Amino acid sequence: MGIEGVGARVARKEDKRFITGAGRYVDDMVVPGMKHAAFVRSPHAHAQIKKIDLKKAQGMPGVIGVLTGKELKADGIGNLICGWMIHSKDGSPMKMGAWSPLAVDKVRYVGDAVVVVVAETKGQARDAAEAVDITYKELKAVVDATKALEKGAPQVHAEAENNLIFDWEIGDAKTTDAAIKEAAHVTRMKIVNNRLVPNAMEPRAALGHYDRAEDHYTCWTTSQNPHVARLVMSAFYNVAPENKLRVIAPDVGGGFGSKIYIYPEEIVCLWASKKTGVPVKWVADRTESFLTDAHGRDHVSTVEMAFDKDNRITGLKVDTIANLGAYMSLFSSCVPTYLYATLLSGQYDIPAIHANVRTVYTNTAPVDAYRGAGRPEATYLLERTMEAAARELGVSPAELRRKNFITTFPHQTPVIMNYDAGDYATSLDAAMKTADYAGFAKRKADAAGKGKLRGIGMSCYIEACGIAPSAAVGSLGAGVGLWESAEVRVNAVGTIEVLTGSHSHGQGHETTFAQLVNQRFGVPIDSVSIVHGDTDKVQMGMGTYGSRSGAVGMSAIAKALDKVEAKAKKIAAHLLEADEGDIVIENGEVKVAGTDKSLPWFQVALAAYTAHNLPAGMEPGLKETAFYDPANFTFPAGCYICEVEIDPETGTTEIVQFVAADDFGNIINPMIVEGQVHGGIAQGVGQALLEGAHYDASGQLLTASYMDYTMPRAGDLPSFKVSTSNTPCPSNPLGIKGCGEAGAIGSPPAVINAITDAIGIADITMPATPSTVWAAIRAAKH
Amino acid sequence: MYSVNYHRAASVTEAAKLVKSGDAKLLSGGMTLIPAMKTRLAAPSDLVDLSRIKELQGVKVSGKTVTIGAATTHFDVANDEKLRKACPALAHLASLIGDPAVRHKGTIGGSIANNDPAADYPAALLALGATIATNKREISADKFFKGLFETALKDGEIITAVSFTAPAKAAYEKFRNPASRYAIVGVFVAKGKDGVSVAVTGAGDDGVFRSKEIEAALAKSFDAASLDGVKVPAKNLMSDIHASADYRANLIVVMAKRAVAAANA
Repeated sequence: MGIEGVGARVARKEDKRFITGAGRYVDDMVVPGMKHAAFVRSPHAHAQIKKIDLKKAQGMPGVIGVLTGKELKADGIGNLICGWMIHSKDGSPMKMGAWSPLAVDKVRYVGDAVVVVVAETKGQARDAAEAVDITYKELKAVVDATKALEKGAPQVHAEAENNLIFDWEIGDAKTTDAAIKEAAHVTRMKIVNNRLVPNAMEPRAALGHYDRAEDHYTCWTTSQNPHVARLVMSAFYNVAPENKLRVIAPDVGGGFGSKIYIYPEEIVCLWASKKTGVPVKWVADRTESFLTDAHGRDHVSTVEMAFDKDNRITGLKVDTIANLGAYMSLFSSCVPTYLYATLLSGQYDIPAIHANVRTVYTNTAPVDAYRGAGRPEATYLLERTMEAAARELGVSPAELRRKNFITTFPHQTPVIMNYDAGDYATSLDAAMKTADYAGFAKRKADAAGKGKLRGIGMSCYIEACGIAPSAAVGSLGAGVGLWESAEVRVNAVGTIEVLTGSHSHGQGHETTFAQLVNQRFGVPIDSVSIVHGDTDKVQMGMGTYGSRSGAVGMSAIAKALDKVEAKAKKIAAHLLEADEGDIVIENGEVKVAGTDKSLPWFQVALAAYTAHNLPAGMEPGLKETAFYDPANFTFPAGCYICEVEIDPETGTTEIVQFVAADDFGNIINPMIVEGQVHGGIAQGVGQALLEGAHYDASGQLLTASYMDYTMPRAGDLPSFKVSTSNTPCPSNPLGIKGCGEAGAIGSPPAVINAITDAIGIADITMPATPSTVWAAIRAAKH
Repeated sequence: MYSVNYHRAASVTEAAKLVKSGDAKLLSGGMTLIPAMKTRLAAPSDLVDLSRIKELQGVKVSGKTVTIGAATTHFDVANDEKLRKACPALAHLASLIGDPAVRHKGTIGGSIANNDPAADYPAALLALGATIATNKREISADKFFKGLFETALKDGEIITAVSFTAPAKAAYEKFRNPASRYAIVGVFVAKGKDGVSVAVTGAGDDGVFRSKEIEAALAKSFDAASLDGVKVPAKNLMSDIHASADYRANLIVVMAKRAVAAANA
């Protein structure tokens, strides 16, 4: 490793512009003649639209256009779709209800867009939006997924009877039931995974510009995957053919999944730009973000875990109800199925697993992938159940886990996944050592002396990252392939541009991707530019989510680098009159091994472009493209240990220690990886202790601002003790597994296991706020 | 925010005149009013800003009497050396309000005129038996705070100062709402020549109130142990997604204990 190569703790190149306020976000984009949009949104969770009166709004100052769903439909704009087909166990396809970008007959959640106003200023657009007079007939709403399945519940979509979207299963019910029947012990739990609001720092935004002269659209939008946005808006929403639609996702201030999807607003801004003849910008305010960004989680499950007399797990049966909200968002169907139930084996050798998943419409915001997406739900269910089982069986939680660890690889689970590599005991040992697990009893006694309840909890998580390969996800219902593309352009003076289909919105790609190039050619990272986020610049890409930029995106770059390297070596061999096989590239020099003959890197690049003296028949230039389709998912895993102290008088939980021991395979930049782990744990602690979206029975979101929705603050978190071990991933050329979601996946059960340990109770619902913890302590006493 | 006419008053007399225009509102920091206007929940035609009026600024301590100008910021209350000697509990309370930006803009007059049921100052003024002076009259704290966001102030009436006699002992303890950081329960205890008084903010369904149960227990002995086993009824306490009435009732006793311990420290 050089000072800027693979494995170096290089400071992030992009931070200077972010920290100095020089980042360029969608709201910073200005095009000549640009005007502003405001959306009229439903104040009701469920209502029929009886009448829309636009007259007053149309006459307001500065108003350019007031547009409705009827006009949008008349112009042929399509409904929003979910791009992953799931079939119910009876073979029927999922029952997807129509989602019009602007509601036409009915509204289905508070925040559903109905009318768009375009005006000279943001304020005028908002004034006119208030003047739009919509007559609603309110209908009964349902917000709870379990209640939505009951007979007589309000019907959200005609297409989905009793609000059931699909009833899906995975695994073998018969062998699982038999295992439970024959078990020496069965642990049974009801597990609730709380609904979360993503809360990216930058709210969603879109700027649509229709160029009449060119008959061409440009969309600047807050997207994690601009190419997918273009593909979907072109192929399904009929906004424009791909060659006439450019999508640009510039600097994006956090996504956490919520910016994967294509939302009504970007479609409407593009359409409204053509309709009104002006470029149209919309930027969500924070209330709109709370109401309409796709939420995360919201599962209710029952679980049965069977053990034999030696405490080996013999079977796992899970029944889950997943709330998908009012409409099926782009990847909503795969989150509670293939990103969830396929991970239910965890780190354990479980011979029989069966999971049944029902997804349900309710009058709430759409629910889709949020940091971890399905894997936090699986991990929480499994690791809470393991903890409960250890307590019921009277054995150490660590040893019960260790006894059931998978130790040989590859390992085929009963739920599709084939784990390629891992060493779970090493992570467990590392975490226990760092946490001084053995010294806990004394710390607990000391805390008791101060009137505090001290508890310890662990979580051994596994996740599947780099969602792939394309053929496999295609066979499971995915509407897209999940590869990645890269182009490496060596300029005539040896500087390099890397074009990638991955999208950076906080991950530090401009640094890590450049480090990969530095490792290969010795070019300083300052001479390597990463180009992303623009469909006119990068040919195609699948974007960034599911911790895939390293494992998939960088592997594509590595492939393109291979091709560049091969050509550069051919040129150098020719110039140095040496054998191609003897050429090595080191520290920015292209050398003949074992001799003092060498050329500086830039001279080889220059030779490629002057083309004065190239090998016979070689094309000029030094630029290569690659597509990389992984052979398998990657399987990061680790062990987290959380130690808490609870003030029984107030129910306040203080995290006094948090240890993370992760195996991410090979690491490009340890500092960035640690940052990802820190952020992930903060979000996981947020879910466990602080965050929870609450709708009242009528479907109003009670937690629609930071006055009521608690985001984690620095003071809620301890200084994390993080470490990594490394079993390189055999399924990609870089041995990378991915690290973006681990923290959010592994931490909630560790926190809750610690709290329940401290109080001496079986379960507590997340978020474990002081009020909830106090009530649990009181209930435990009675 | 809708468009609004902004007036910066130079004196209380001028402000009293200006506030009669249109649907005007007085502005004294704007830590509640401005956010409400930004989200279009409030739409006054005019704002009359009191925060630069000289006669409303500053803390005076004369013997045992403390007088705080209505437009004194929380930061200035928290950092006033005279007050930190005369009534450190109130200076400490001010240091706990909001965040640094709020403390540099928000004022004591603005806070009590708004009478948010989770605001900190009302508990202190009620427990201290303070007097609220306006441009028209003087009102005792127990008559001033009338319920949720309600006070005895008449339309256009302007708070000029609050005053009170420094107590022998006092302290304030609050338990914050995890999201907003307002008080879920805040308890101000004061021991003066007229006995012990204990006022609670954040919890009452009709705003700030005095806790008879805790006052009775502390009247016997001003000691945290006096509150062992004391129960505050959950009736008339707020219940919301952050805290049940039972939880608030518990917190009142816990915070009172901690406040008494702090006052005696």
